[in-house]
Amino acid sequence: MSVLALEIGWGWMLAFKALVILMIVPLGALVLGYTFLLKMMSHMQSRLGPMDPGGFHGWFQLVGDGLKFLQKEDIIPEDADRRVFAFAPVVVVISTFLMFVVIPVGPVAVVANLDVGVFYALAVSSLSVIGVLMAGWSSANKFALMGALRAAGQLIAYELPLLLAVVGVVMQAGTMSLQGIVSAQQNGSIFGWSGIGNPFIFTQIIGFLLFMIAAQAELSQTPFDMPVAESELVAGYMVEYSGFRFLFFFIGEFGTATAFAALAATLFLGGWSLPGVHGLSAELLGPLVLFVKLMGVAFLMFWVRFTYPRLREDQLQAIAWKFLIPIALANIIITAIIKVAF
Amino acid sequence: MSDLEVLTTRVTEALGDSVIEHAEACGNLVLRVRLESWRSVAETARKELGCNYLSFISGIDWMPAPTVGLIEGDTSTPAQPKEMTFGAAGSAGRFQVFAHVQSTSQHIGFTIKADLDEAAPHCESWVSVYPGADWHERECWEMYGVVFDGHPSLRHLYLPWEFEGHPLRKDFPLLAREVKPWPGLTDVEPMPGSESDEDSKDEAGEA
Amino acid sequence: MSTTEQPSVPTNSGPDFNPGPDFKDIPAFEVDPGLQRHLADARVNVELDTGDMIINLGPQHPATHGTLRLVVRLDGERVIAADPVIGYMHRGYEKLTEFRTYPQVTTLINRIDWLSSFANEVPFVHAAEQLMEIEAPPRAQYIRTALTELSRIATFLLFLGEMGLQVGALTPAFYGFRDREHVLNLIESATGGRFHPNFNRIGGLKDDLPWGWIAETRNVMKIVLDACDVFEDLVLGNEIFQARTRSVGIIPGELGASYGVSGSNLRASGVDWDLRRDGAPYLAYPELDFEVFTHPDGDSFARYWVRLQETRESARMVLQLLDKMPAGPIMAKVARIIKVPAGEAWVETENPLGQMGYYVVSKGGTGPFRVKIRSASFSNVSILPWMLRGVYVPDVVTILASLYFILGDIDR
Repeated sequence: MSVLALEIGWGWMLAFKALVILMIVPLGALVLGYTFLLKMMSHMQSRLGPMDPGGFHGWFQLVGDGLKFLQKEDIIPEDADRRVFAFAPVVVVISTFLMFVVIPVGPVAVVANLDVGVFYALAVSSLSVIGVLMAGWSSANKFALMGALRAAGQLIAYELPLLLAVVGVVMQAGTMSLQGIVSAQQNGSIFGWSGIGNPFIFTQIIGFLLFMIAAQAELSQTPFDMPVAESELVAGYMVEYSGFRFLFFFIGEFGTATAFAALAATLFLGGWSLPGVHGLSAELLGPLVLFVKLMGVAFLMFWVRFTYPRLREDQLQAIAWKFLIPIALANIIITAIIKVAF
Repeated sequence: MSDLEVLTTRVTEALGDSVIEHAEACGNLVLRVRLESWRSVAETARKELGCNYLSFISGIDWMPAPTVGLIEGDTSTPAQPKEMTFGAAGSAGRFQVFAHVQSTSQHIGFTIKADLDEAAPHCESWVSVYPGADWHERECWEMYGVVFDGHPSLRHLYLPWEFEGHPLRKDFPLLAREVKPWPGLTDVEPMPGSESDEDSKDEAGEA
Repeated sequence: MSTTEQPSVPTNSGPDFNPGPDFKDIPAFEVDPGLQRHLADARVNVELDTGDMIINLGPQHPATHGTLRLVVRLDGERVIAADPVIGYMHRGYEKLTEFRTYPQVTTLINRIDWLSSFANEVPFVHAAEQLMEIEAPPRAQYIRTALTELSRIATFLLFLGEMGLQVGALTPAFYGFRDREHVLNLIESATGGRFHPNFNRIGGLKDDLPWGWIAETRNVMKIVLDACDVFEDLVLGNEIFQARTRSVGIIPGELGASYGVSGSNLRASGVDWDLRRDGAPYLAYPELDFEVFTHPDGDSFARYWVRLQETRESARMVLQLLDKMPAGPIMAKVARIIKVPAGEAWVETENPLGQMGYYVVSKGGTGPFRVKIRSASFSNVSILPWMLRGVYVPDVVTILASLYFILGDIDR
């Protein structure tokens, strides 16, 4: 059954998994940054700059951006708490790495198939706010501090709808394991018709919308990008960072976007599963299927990001507590009733 | 009777004794009022004449400026008369404060001037009548040294706090011009290598 | 330099040392009737004894369009008091004009409001013409009007995009810049300068319009009208934009007038006053048929709405001007060396940012004796300390963006 780990010992397997995880975050950030930030945004906003470097469609732009970050001077403010300041970007990226541990890309291709996979993924995703708070506090900058505090407030407000949105899925699947949720969708049926399985986006459409809104807030993307708010706080908690430390935040931001898109694809779109594909072909096609689904979800996220203005901090809190959480609770109750009734 | 004459009669009647002199300058009514009634004029203008809009408050120094670096036959440096003359509605001395108020509903407006003491120019503040007078008076204070009595915080607006002197007074030199006189007639430099190149270099050296 | 003793001036040394924008000068927090909604919060804060934070917005800050500095005292996210500090770009134009001849002055005043430079030149040239008792020929007047309206469109298109950027939407800013480029190209092809045309001469214009300009302008006006529709859909109609701007930064009409707030900002507060229609007749405006828009609310949304409508109206005015454009000379008979007779002239025009006025005092020389430059943004911004009390930090940015000032126009 196990194709990849057939002849490979336990230690080698672990090393291989760690390598994949280490690769996938910068790679995901690169792909998303290139596709959406540089190409889609340039098309949407009639930008000429990112379409130019390198000739064909501006393919060199991302390389140029990366090189630019690397050659910049590494500046640490004099009043900064140096160790915390230096460690904060790492914390942000680590939380992204940890999220990928439980996301399955095939029937067996998962680093760790935890029984509490969803719970774990959402829990470690909020670790990044610790890094943000560290960055904001240690920068010795008022703008950074305000940005970090906004991020903390946002996290508290949006972690709840995010979790509650997922509860519906968990109830329907009957498991918290992501692998279990995928197979529940693959083997499910819509009113007896099991042609495409039962992607939970149909039954949990409210949950999906809530999840996307809350994820947008978790990622601090527009319309919930108050922690970075270029026009007010300049760049919020990132204001004092330069060079590769800033690049870390950038990778963290887009890596987390990849992780959340993958999570949404797994929870609501069936993850790696493709109708009618089983066995070895599923193992091989799985990563590709998940990638396509992930890009679809990410497209939605970034489309919203490039279209909407930013909400105000109090409006954000009002939306979270007055609308999203009640709707999420109602969604859970309805799901429970239907689950018990049918 | 033209609109301006109607306005003149209306304003002079409303302001009564405060008006020393009034004149018309390019279709604009200019009034010279007594310094003591500077603030009451604003109150009348706002409450009785309906001039709810403050356009500006500023000062003027009628002393002729000392000319610098004027080359004979140079038309690019402005020539100014050497003797002290006064503009519309006259003046009693060197400094005047003037303001323009308007009505947004009646579409009227006029300029008010008042003569100031030359040694220690000061007048009443308009902040309590027009809140917008705040910045204009701060500007006028730092540029002309006119003290506005009753202004809540008369501090520098444009200039750094340690700045000395009042730049818009005519006796305040424009240092840029003192250091480097206006090039004037030698403004156009010849192309290098042209025939007149050598001659003009000599001329510039002599000048 | 006179060193006369002056009573009751704040001294710059000694025990009453006052370093300009000192924080102790900021007035204490008074609870306005308009701030009732914050009363409960304020009480909580008193109980918890939260500390204030003083923060410098600017002089290097993206929301301040250059070098405006706001010393803001914050309680959490709420502004207790704000003190604008200006002067980082003060170039002393009022002094410099006294050392320039009349034709040289237009070069300077181009740089006051650099987004609508052409509109700046008009009132000054007009004042000089009034003093000399000459008048530019009708064709010159029409071309001046058309270029003034074009610079208004260029300025407002930038605003319409920029405002979106300041409330967090990146896309409209690019659309604004993109569509403004068409208008700037028109100005450039007619005057030779994208930003600083210096095209006005006393008594007329430097040149006539180039071939094909009128047809090209008609095309561009279509683009502008389309762009206005895009902004209406993308920004004005957006729920989040409305939530961010409605009832934020309200200027009561009467208070705004007493602060000298003018132009679109005042019309957005319900004051029906437009110098193109209500002031002393100038340029070709009396012969044009146009509407003046007002909005009763006086908030940031109203200011955006008014400017959007005015952009459309300006495009229509330009089309009217192109239809009516008379033939004839573009320059009146003026002596080669311009001497302006002694006298005083006050000319005010409706510029994109508000009332722009020049009080020109001439003593009969070749240069002005005194020029008082009344710029719109200076007065528009002077109301900020009043407006910013009790708002949230994001609203500060919204208010600054919706007031729409140019630093050169504040500092001169």
